[in-house]
Amino acid sequence: MTISPELDKKAEEAISHYPAEHKRAASLPLLHLLQHEFGYVSEESVKWVADKLGLEPINVLELVTFYPGFRQSAPGKFHIRVCRTLSCAMAGSYELMESLCKATQIDRSGTSHQNPIAVSPDGKFSIEFAECLASCGTGPVCMVNDDFHESIKPAEAAKLVENYRAKA
Amino acid sequence: MADIQYLEGKKPHAKEHRLIFRNIDRVGWNPSIDKYMEEGGYDQLKKAVKMERADITNEVKASGLRGRGGAGFPTGLKWTFIPPTNTKPVYLICNADESEPGTFKDRYILHQDPHQLIEGMVIASYAVGAKLAYIYVREEFPEAAQILEKAIAEAHEKGFLGKDICGTDFELEIYVHRGAGAYICGEETGLIESLEGKRPYPRIKPPYFPAALGLWMNPTIVNNVESLCHVKHIIEMGGEEYAKLGTPRNTGTRILCVSGDVQKPGYFEVQVGKVTLGEVINDMCGGLKLGRKLKAVIPGGSSAKVLRADEKFKVKRGEDTVELNIEDIPMDFDTLAACGSMAGSGGVIIMDDSRSMAWVLNNLNNFYAHESCGQCTPCREGSLWMKKITDRIVRGEGTPEDVDTLESVAYNIDGRTICAFGEACSWPTESFVAKFRDELVGTTKVENRGKLANPEAALAAAGLK
Repeated sequence: MTISPELDKKAEEAISHYPAEHKRAASLPLLHLLQHEFGYVSEESVKWVADKLGLEPINVLELVTFYPGFRQSAPGKFHIRVCRTLSCAMAGSYELMESLCKATQIDRSGTSHQNPIAVSPDGKFSIEFAECLASCGTGPVCMVNDDFHESIKPAEAAKLVENYRAKA
Repeated sequence: MADIQYLEGKKPHAKEHRLIFRNIDRVGWNPSIDKYMEEGGYDQLKKAVKMERADITNEVKASGLRGRGGAGFPTGLKWTFIPPTNTKPVYLICNADESEPGTFKDRYILHQDPHQLIEGMVIASYAVGAKLAYIYVREEFPEAAQILEKAIAEAHEKGFLGKDICGTDFELEIYVHRGAGAYICGEETGLIESLEGKRPYPRIKPPYFPAALGLWMNPTIVNNVESLCHVKHIIEMGGEEYAKLGTPRNTGTRILCVSGDVQKPGYFEVQVGKVTLGEVINDMCGGLKLGRKLKAVIPGGSSAKVLRADEKFKVKRGEDTVELNIEDIPMDFDTLAACGSMAGSGGVIIMDDSRSMAWVLNNLNNFYAHESCGQCTPCREGSLWMKKITDRIVRGEGTPEDVDTLESVAYNIDGRTICAFGEACSWPTESFVAKFRDELVGTTKVENRGKLANPEAALAAAGLK
């Protein structure tokens, strides 16, 4: 793992947002930076954040294992999050999940609470259910990396996937 | 307001009263500071910094504003809980962790009108004496975080943030702090722990308010996005004038977010208590889907207790007690509380007669089991038990006794936890079992097992269709 000078600068900037005696507050921002850079949070990343903030690695690891927003293994190039919660489910998010899995050839049968992400055989896509993405009026909704998509009918899943596949 | 044009298909309903959502879906609008300042943006801040700090708090108290995040606690009163002898730094945190299922109002403010929030935050920070403020925005709003960061930089450039704000000696920095996908961070002490870089385990009460001991054990005010936006309008109108909007004790406007089985789901900013649930469903949302009947409504975010369509609600009106049908319920804090539920976060979820209540409850139980932080045993274990029980009912493997077990688990969580998540996760089960017991029991009968994949068949099997 190589931390570029630019990434280090961003980390220092994030740390400066908190009083000097409370550097620990920068844990989440630093983890976000590393996950954005490398796709997931590795053991090395955990140690790097801990060193940077003067913490024990366990102080950082316990965040990675708690927050659903951090992952410990590589997702696909495009990571899809489908909203699972009530209003989206009523609007068809389970069907959307099925269609997306079909279009990306992802098998979700091995997923669990501890291991929610499934990756496609070609490594281009990964998928998981997310809890309420706060757009209940336009369900079903999903995110692909940082892009937000609303009112996606299950029949439109294949097209959505193809649009991203073209970018890969 | 007559000159404001809204995007096609996004025009506000005639019964709306738009303050906070004035610029949402507006033709020619964008989130830049120049656009915001074209129509008097930051004028209220300029006015506020010339006022005595205590006078701003008094205006907010006079406005009667109640927090829009869920608890409905009076915002001005919350601000006064900072100890008067305090010499420690004070912090303001904007709770933009919008994550109560059914709620989707802050999303639009953050994406389309970020300066309204920043102006409200600067005024609030001035009033409570904060020099450092954070916007805790949920991780699933990456674009909103970027928009906010840009807006903060713009406000800096114009002298509305940083040192010597508006030519006074008042200084303030606002930073965006992104969460990481945990619902519990909406609980204000969980949020503070998260901001400190820890697991978001809510803190033991008392102190009941972080205004006494909050961020890094300093006085901290945590307010919802919508509440902070209202502060700007209260300064503009004056607290007394603002309080004329809405109804007594339930003043101002609030944004209702409607989802589920209606023709046109969406968001509607209304005067609190001036529209009924029936008007929301039938007028604003275009009614139910063709040929469907109303079955149930969750009126204030998924944690609010469910209302059954054929219930009669006894509500006090002055000295008298009146009986209301579900469609006659005015959407305000006090009436919804009197109906045994709550106005909560303004998220209204409508369910028609095609929905299996076992399926709906199971969806919510899955949510709460996933989101319990695990700190308190009753909630950590109980939320998972409730999920497991409804999971098997929905799979067609339940027994009628499961419904009693479900109820007993729920009542053993409620009131036995450090934070209100205990109530939030048990109220859906308590209310669904109380109001739809026959249906839940019916769907567990041996002859009905395996018929739950299709909710319509499940209802028919339970003898309810």
